Amino acid sequence: MTSVMSFFDIMLVLALPWLGWRLLASPDLFRAVVLFISLGLLMSLTWVRLHAPDVALAEAAIGAGLTGALFLSALRRLERMQDSERRLDYAEKREEERQAPPARRRRSKPIAYGLALLLLVFFLVLLGWSLVKTSVSPGGLGPAVTGQMGQTGVQSQVTAVLLNFRGYDTLLEVMVLFLAALGSWSLTRIRQPLPEEVAAPVLASLVRLLVPLMIIVAGYLVWIGSSRAGGAFQGGAVLGAAGVLLLLADVTVVRQIPSALLRWALVLGPLLFLLSAIACMWIGGNLLEYPRQSAGAWILLIESATAVSIGVTLAALYAGGRPLEPSALEEAGEVASESGGDEGEGE
Amino acid sequence: MAFLHNLGTVCILIGVPFFVSGTVGLLRFPDIYTRLHALTKADNVGLGFVVLGLALQAEQWNTVARLLLIWLLVLIGSSASCHLVARAALRKKIQPWSRS
Repeated sequence: MTSVMSFFDIMLVLALPWLGWRLLASPDLFRAVVLFISLGLLMSLTWVRLHAPDVALAEAAIGAGLTGALFLSALRRLERMQDSERRLDYAEKREEERQAPPARRRRSKPIAYGLALLLLVFFLVLLGWSLVKTSVSPGGLGPAVTGQMGQTGVQSQVTAVLLNFRGYDTLLEVMVLFLAALGSWSLTRIRQPLPEEVAAPVLASLVRLLVPLMIIVAGYLVWIGSSRAGGAFQGGAVLGAAGVLLLLADVTVVRQIPSALLRWALVLGPLLFLLSAIACMWIGGNLLEYPRQSAGAWILLIESATAVSIGVTLAALYAGGRPLEPSALEEAGEVASESGGDEGEGE
Repeated sequence: MAFLHNLGTVCILIGVPFFVSGTVGLLRFPDIYTRLHALTKADNVGLGFVVLGLALQAEQWNTVARLLLIWLLVLIGSSASCHLVARAALRKKIQPWSRS
């Protein structure tokens, strides 16, 4: 059995860099995205083989699933852009560039490449240096974590590290996701859903079947995170995937969610995380130093809130912009129904 | 128990060639529709055998229930996505392959 598994491992080790190279070298963006999703799935298998089920779950849900969906939505946006007048701007710009004096054109590229290379080397040296400088005890941090598990309020070591020992880091991660959503909302509006000539009944019933199940799974993942593999990021990713499915099927209810509610859902996790961090100081500890007796409850509360926000954030990133205001929405609906949209509204 | 375990191994070994033939079909068939056919048909039966084999080897009932749930979800997911891919291809006016 071990020889079979080591054969499998060797295949994984060979396949991962090969896939990575293929996806970077592919001139066809769609193919690159498909390869990226396969890379994510293999990567998730690799994490399983490395006995890191938490990372494997996160990689499968976020790395392969949602990032793939994000790439595909970006790709569709690019394709649509090429059809519209943006293309003209782009072509004009290219033409301008071509007409510029050749001396100026030629110099810009090597300088950019040189700068990029310099930055890369700089960061590599910095990383390597910090790796050398950091003193690591022989067993890694494992014994230290195991020794303190009694105080964390959870049984899973991963959750203990993420939400208790280095809660500050996780707080910043949640903030980064929030900033990403903020950025996409500031830059663009949600794109108009194309009126479908024929509704997709299979997709609609698939969504009806899967979305409730996904919500249960998300709740289960957050709950089980305190004792086994799971947690806010995994649960949030499943919620986000449910959101993507709802957006894909263009369920009318989703479009009618008031924008204020969406905003609060986006803010809920980061805000609650931040407030509990400050509340811990108020009670008399340090930032994010939960009271010992109720640490488990604090962590569960924070995880539940952040899971909701992560889910909404990922779905919002997929939607690719801030939602239309109600007045604009009605207009869009009128336009859609005028231009021959059939019972798409009758869900 | 050993009998059930061996029976499970046999089932898994029966299932694997379906995956292999599905993959060969995906790589060798001429157009998107035939490739979808190869992929979903073969994978569904193959996965059925693999799940059956694993269920026979399972030590607890809840593991069997989870395996069945996985099988059902993959069936629903793969048939629905097969339909959606074929639908998208048809709407892009991709003609089905014919021998001529």
